[in-house]
Amino acid sequence: MKSRHGLFALWAVLLAAGMALIPLGSAQAQQRGGNFVYMIPASGAPSLDGHRETTYATVHATAPFYSLLIRLDPTDKDGKRIVGDLATSWDVSKDGKTYTFHLHHGVTFHDGTPLTSKDVVTNFEYIMNPPQGVLSPRKAYYLMVDSVSAPDKYTVVFKLKFPTAAFIPAVAMPFNYIYPGDKLKSDPHWFEQHVLGSGPFQFVEYEPGAKVVGKRYPKYYVKGRPYLDSIEGIYAAKQNVYVDAIRGGRAMSMFRGLPPKAVEELKKAMGDQIRVQESPWNCGLLWAVNVHKKPFDDVRVRRALNLAVDRWGGSRYLSQIAIVKTVAGIVFPTSDLAPSRAQLETLEGYWPDVKKSRAKARELLKEAGVPEGFTIEFNNRNTDQPYKVVGTWLIDQWRQVGLNVKQHVQPTAPFFAELRSNPQKFDLSMDFNCQSIVNPTVDVSQFISGDKTPNNHSRYIDRKLDDLYDAQLHEANHAKQKELLWEMQKRLIEQAWYPQTMWWHRIVVSNTKMHDWNITPSHYLNMQLDDVWLSQ
Amino acid sequence: MYRFLIRRILLMIPTLLGVAIVIFILMRMIPGDIVELRMAGEGGQVSQATIDQARHQLGLDRPLIAQFGTWIAGLAEFNLGKSMWTGRDVTYEISIRLPASLQIALMSTILATLLAIPLGTLAALRQDTWIDYVVRIFAIAGLATPSFWLGIMMLLSFLIFFHWTPPMSYSFPWEDPWANFSMMIWPALATGYRYSAVAMRMTRSSVLEVLREDYIRTARAKGLLEKIIINRHALTNAMLPVITVIGLEFAFLMGGLVVTEQVFNINGIGRLFVQAVGQKDYTMVQGLVLIVAFTFVFTNFVVDILYAWLDPRIKFS
Repeated sequence: MKSRHGLFALWAVLLAAGMALIPLGSAQAQQRGGNFVYMIPASGAPSLDGHRETTYATVHATAPFYSLLIRLDPTDKDGKRIVGDLATSWDVSKDGKTYTFHLHHGVTFHDGTPLTSKDVVTNFEYIMNPPQGVLSPRKAYYLMVDSVSAPDKYTVVFKLKFPTAAFIPAVAMPFNYIYPGDKLKSDPHWFEQHVLGSGPFQFVEYEPGAKVVGKRYPKYYVKGRPYLDSIEGIYAAKQNVYVDAIRGGRAMSMFRGLPPKAVEELKKAMGDQIRVQESPWNCGLLWAVNVHKKPFDDVRVRRALNLAVDRWGGSRYLSQIAIVKTVAGIVFPTSDLAPSRAQLETLEGYWPDVKKSRAKARELLKEAGVPEGFTIEFNNRNTDQPYKVVGTWLIDQWRQVGLNVKQHVQPTAPFFAELRSNPQKFDLSMDFNCQSIVNPTVDVSQFISGDKTPNNHSRYIDRKLDDLYDAQLHEANHAKQKELLWEMQKRLIEQAWYPQTMWWHRIVVSNTKMHDWNITPSHYLNMQLDDVWLSQ
Repeated sequence: MYRFLIRRILLMIPTLLGVAIVIFILMRMIPGDIVELRMAGEGGQVSQATIDQARHQLGLDRPLIAQFGTWIAGLAEFNLGKSMWTGRDVTYEISIRLPASLQIALMSTILATLLAIPLGTLAALRQDTWIDYVVRIFAIAGLATPSFWLGIMMLLSFLIFFHWTPPMSYSFPWEDPWANFSMMIWPALATGYRYSAVAMRMTRSSVLEVLREDYIRTARAKGLLEKIIINRHALTNAMLPVITVIGLEFAFLMGGLVVTEQVFNINGIGRLFVQAVGQKDYTMVQGLVLIVAFTFVFTNFVVDILYAWLDPRIKFS
């Protein structure tokens, strides 16, 4: 009996020890140290200031040096869950108009000065209401904010004009670096050429057009992080260079996304030495229509153009050669606010029966008096992925309803000049909508009337759409908001103002020595690299 | 001689001014706007007010003549202005890329010269023998092979056969000589081969021409040793057109390695050129064109001086 008790006690002790060792064991799995080299597929960053730039070329180089107030959960592949970064937590008032953020204590910038709520307030004031001479391209995302204040050293309070679901995603945008407030006030342009943050890595060197180097910040406020000793981001604009760098072991990854063919090439060459992660990409590819020119001012012609395109079939074929895949409407497909496939299939251009769609398209063109072989000028960007590939596919789709489309492929600058021309110089133009945090309530602002946003390149005026946009932006009820967005979608399809082709599809390849980096729906996100570690 | 030198130096000023005017006008004729590219080029949704504000900050809302005046006034003080894309000084942006481009140009020139002069001379001296044929085939292949293609083939071969790629970022030779060499030798070889082919053919034809000159026949009639005839009389005079070719090629390499620099991911002047044109960075392109034009003018000037040194018959007049 005694021995049975003894055995039981021993088993209990072993079990307890084992239980205690499980988290320890998994924590030990993360190895510390190493220099992490990654490729940045760009020719360089325009500046190092996240507040003023809109490009991943800046974010990929500088995000590891900075903290945000809140951020996308690095482990959330869907890109929906937002967690604290400098904020430990936040509370929302009952009326949804007051957000109170509680900050970590003991956070310091890399020069040793403490980070407090005053710094956070100053940064958001500059982002939302920049002083004269300071650019803030995303200030329109914060129209709902009435004031931001710091009642004490570790509390930040945002008061909103109206409750909206767009607020938290806007605060979590990856460009909202927290700079030292005093420095920002004394010289707002300082951060264009310098780096001083409180992020997991401390800035060492930036060589324009070549590389950025950082080292672990030993006083980073998250204990035990980061795992890496140092990081090195190398700029290379050409695909063959960064693919070869991964293949040759010079770099561990490239976080923007690779086309399927390059992924296949790497898989073939490296076998089980690479890990492939995929996600729908928060970039939509659409075409703008010159609605002020005949015959595109006729809704029947625009509808015919929309009906001619076989999105479901195109997705199957194009996803094998291009960085597009997901068929969806104006709302990012993984969002809770997106319509279901069944709903989409009720819309023109999304019907599963493409023969029926094209027959209808021909009928509409005939009614509108558009002759067989009618020639259309199509403006496109001289970039293979995905513009030229999808452009070529679109031409074939429109040819199948008797239209003759002439494509003008232009370098980025002239392409943009034509796309953003007002009055428009094109018949049809390839266009796109690339966002970071999934925030459909704001992301669909491209579709409001052309006199309200310069980003509507079809330049139509549709007050019904404007009203629907405003209504959903102010709507706090999720179900009602979803309904309003669906109404927007239906209106856009009825008028065929600005049809969507497909959403991009992100594929990131990394060396299997790299761990704990998860793909998200945007190449702007999850670039702080604090969780990443290297195995031997 | 001093008058000649001063005149040549003074002539550089109107040449460079002409280049400045042409590039200023040409850049503004290309459609596109740097501000819209920078702020909305990746799908960002930016208000018109923000775009107008950025345009104002860059001075793009000022009349063209005022923009030109400001730029020329800056040039008079050797100030190329600030890059419209990065906001840094154009001279700084160029200076950090110059060492890599200069090193490739120098290494290519050395490689080309070491190959071209002995082989070209040998081919001329052994005209219509198998040696001549081999050298000519080697040279024609060099002319027919684009440097960037050769570069791509090199990189692919390293990857496939050795699972190796050259280093991705530049180190100065005095910091890490091996890393520097293992990065720069390949673009130097890729460009040096074509460069040597041009110089090799010029050396061969020039030596052949000189060998048929009267003074060579006279030297042979005097009973001079063939070695002395070739080294002292033939080669010295045959080098004049070869030096011109080498000089022009060197100047070309300083800004012309556009594709090769991209293939090898060299952060050099050629790559900067392409980026700046694509980004509509007016000040950067203007600065680069002026620097390259100056390199050409200056190289020609040096070649002229070398001419006089090699051929005493040439007087500075």
